Amino acid sequence: MWYFVSPQIVFGEGALDELDELSGRRALIVTDSTLVELGLVEQVESHLRRAGIETAVFAGVEPDPSVQTVRQGVAVAQDFAPDWIVGLGGGSPMDAAKALWVLYERPDLEPAEINPFIRLGLRQKARLITIPTTSGTGAEVTWAIVLTDTTEQRKMGLGNRENVADLAIVDPALAAGMPPRLTADTGLDALTHAVEGYTCTWHTDVTDGLCVSAARLIFENLPRAVLNGSDMEARTHMHNAATCAGLGFGNAMASMAHAMGHVLGSVFHVPHGRAVAIFLPYTIEFVARQAPERFAHLAALLGRSNVDGEPGARALAACLRDLIRDVGNPASVAEAGISRADYEARLDKLVEDAFNDTQIITAARAPAYEELRQLFLYAYDGQPVDF
Amino acid sequence: MAFKFPSEEWIQELSKQLNASASYERSARDWEGDFIFVVEPDEAYPHTNYLFLGLYHGKSTGAAMLSSEDERPAEFVISAPYSNWRKVIEGQLEPIQGMMTRKLKLKGNMMKVMRYPAAAKEIVSCCARIPTEFSG
Repeated sequence: MWYFVSPQIVFGEGALDELDELSGRRALIVTDSTLVELGLVEQVESHLRRAGIETAVFAGVEPDPSVQTVRQGVAVAQDFAPDWIVGLGGGSPMDAAKALWVLYERPDLEPAEINPFIRLGLRQKARLITIPTTSGTGAEVTWAIVLTDTTEQRKMGLGNRENVADLAIVDPALAAGMPPRLTADTGLDALTHAVEGYTCTWHTDVTDGLCVSAARLIFENLPRAVLNGSDMEARTHMHNAATCAGLGFGNAMASMAHAMGHVLGSVFHVPHGRAVAIFLPYTIEFVARQAPERFAHLAALLGRSNVDGEPGARALAACLRDLIRDVGNPASVAEAGISRADYEARLDKLVEDAFNDTQIITAARAPAYEELRQLFLYAYDGQPVDF
Repeated sequence: MAFKFPSEEWIQELSKQLNASASYERSARDWEGDFIFVVEPDEAYPHTNYLFLGLYHGKSTGAAMLSSEDERPAEFVISAPYSNWRKVIEGQLEPIQGMMTRKLKLKGNMMKVMRYPAAAKEIVSCCARIPTEFSG
């Protein structure tokens, strides 16, 4: 047995108008300072005002939000006593909103205690709305929360099925202003979700279709959205694809590229989507040496290959590298601008933390410690995996 | 030779397999915490059994079949009906998924366990390597 959880999803241009119909008294908007400057927070507030809802804004969320930031937001929530929490932004504000909501409801918990094995008993004080302003993270529909432990420079994977949002508003107009680099990074994040959601050992019949659909939409529309940000057709498909991929991998699991990308991101501050996409082709080649079928199958479904086994899997890795380069992203760690000396100096930590990342357990081929180390080195040099 | 599950011989064989595993030694090198696995009765197996597995710094410090959960202290206790244990050993039920769906119930600090996913996976791999004859 397994579960499929999802918020109610309102999607398409004009979806933000749904806020006008909301019932409630006070909404706390959890976001970042850039979205305040861009006027997106004001846009959301004006819809909430139309619904007769008083608003307050916590705009202190940084990229890779820390536990300390979440605690500051919880203090704001305790003073304001909202009955809605609104996570507005990319993955960081939405993850911070989820954590803040849980700790507002359950002040007896430590952030590290938010796990899938306990009953949280949420929705006593407030409910959660998520509104993505990027097309990638899928955090609007997943229950995962990633916070950073700044002391250990380590990302903490938290979450519980109960902390999935009640309502996700997926309006592509909110992502229309993304610059090309952010469009590429976040779009590749969504693609990594789709590929890993389809190929990890926790994939299910219920999630497979979402992942395939998302991957197809991303291959077709990401280059267009990067090249021409005002192409609203491509933007709309990308926004929907990110949500589909979020539902897909969020109800299955991510895998080894995420384990490796998490640590690269936390140690070298590489944006999440860029980091996981760098590793994805290498992890496919590694796993495909022993378990190529799912990758080859996906390559066939995407019309990228018509051969079975490892050659089919390698065709998927190759077309992913092509797409990564087409949208101007690095296909190796070296291309991401990290010096070999810095990388090798932190290699032990990279390997150790990736080895102990929960998402590594869903790889169809579990890497031994030394294999993982080698994989990090191959990914640095951009060398296709042959072991 | 096949080892009957659950039995003293089976849990001792798991202890041996772990001590032969370089992968387990590496992934659990600073792990501290013993386990008791409680095999609960179900339609396939009528008894309750307690299997103790000592684990410390990448090695198994010993294993035994106990007469009760209280016979030896352990930081973690995982309980499940016999048929669910069989699924874990046969690779049909991934233990983290098993805990998320309450097919396996853990007493102890789950977050500590979750920081050692590779070790948890290797324990299951070692279980799968034991030629097992199921009692039920």
